[in-house]
Amino acid sequence: MTRAASAVLAILLWGWAPSATAGKPERVIHITAKRFEFAPATIELKVGEPVILELSSLDRKHGFAAPDLHINAVIQPGKPTRVRLVPDRAGTFEFHCSVFCGSGHEDMTGQLVVRP
Amino acid sequence: MSSFKTNRRQFIKLIGVGGAVFASGLPGVRRAFGGPKSRNAAEDFFFVQLSDTHWGFSGPPNPEAENTLKEAVARVNALPQAADFIVFTGDLTHTTDDAAVRRKRMAEFKEIVSGLKVKTRYYMPGEHDASLDAGKAFQEGFGRTHYSFDHKGVHFSVLDNVSDPEAKLGDAQIDWLRGDLKGVPADAPVVIFTHRPLFDLAPQWDWATKDGAKAIDLLGHWKHVTVFYGHIHQEHHQMTGDIAHHAAKSLIFPLPAPMSVAKKAPVAWDPEHPRRGLGFREITASGPERALALKEDSMEGGK
Repeated sequence: MTRAASAVLAILLWGWAPSATAGKPERVIHITAKRFEFAPATIELKVGEPVILELSSLDRKHGFAAPDLHINAVIQPGKPTRVRLVPDRAGTFEFHCSVFCGSGHEDMTGQLVVRP
Repeated sequence: MSSFKTNRRQFIKLIGVGGAVFASGLPGVRRAFGGPKSRNAAEDFFFVQLSDTHWGFSGPPNPEAENTLKEAVARVNALPQAADFIVFTGDLTHTTDDAAVRRKRMAEFKEIVSGLKVKTRYYMPGEHDASLDAGKAFQEGFGRTHYSFDHKGVHFSVLDNVSDPEAKLGDAQIDWLRGDLKGVPADAPVVIFTHRPLFDLAPQWDWATKDGAKAIDLLGHWKHVTVFYGHIHQEHHQMTGDIAHHAAKSLIFPLPAPMSVAKKAPVAWDPEHPRRGLGFREITASGPERALALKEDSMEGGK
């Protein structure tokens, strides 16, 4: 496992997610995707805090890829995709749309900023 | 034949002035693929790779985009010898949401490249051509998106890693490749053409094929595999095991070296050097081993 891969535990949750882990509720962060932007595009996380990224498309099929975290999820319109994360290291991790969606696809990017 | 050999060898020796050469190893091949040994199988030959022409693009990274493809056609036509064939490794046109405009751009592209003297031409889509309609318009204009052919002792397979907008080959195409290569001896030369890198060059920049590792694993059975691709708008050479991967320059605008800047964006156009970073490639296959030599041709300064 690479250093980057060990930085964050990421689990894709297809269509469901537990509301809490033992003693520590997961914060759900809603992220929308539409051509050619994510909102919010900067997501702040804390080391050790479990979160669920709930990804929704407002128009068409998109992707959410953060290769340094080994995340590559597809977002289908009308069907939110959930990704569970437990950051274990501070840092800034880039993400981008991984499903080609048109002329602004290259600009459809964002950052996960993990604070200590 | 002897004239060809002499001229090409002289030409390769001379490229130190105007371009770079890269010998891509297909060493030790004792038998060329292609059935009975024929005169054809022993002949040296060369082909030209053009990539990422993005016909229809307009914008500051190339204010002269209407001219670049036409100039490339003229440059290829002016080569001292005619190539056996020309391959376009994707992104023939720039993406558009309008299906009618997409077809118009493809028709215009075809009209421009019909001016090439070399009439044997192979095409494949890039994500700009095919990812918004699963390759429908491309197939109408250019035919299949994955196929294979043999030429003078070399087996060529064309792979489509763009019609699926998730940048996947898909299991069906990988099964097709397995069947396509079934009769090719393990020591025969194999050349793969595709658009995206099959390996994880820079997944952070979308420079990868999601299931490219499956193809690379499959190709590992053959000892002399060379992959030519585009997508990254620059020359790049990398080995994965025994497989050589060579990316070509684009004919629209260059992109920065992988992960060399915080955000991927076209290299700014320089009016003093409007063709800097643009070019095409000549690939010579020679000898019974079908050793490949690459010559990188710049569009800058008419070299």
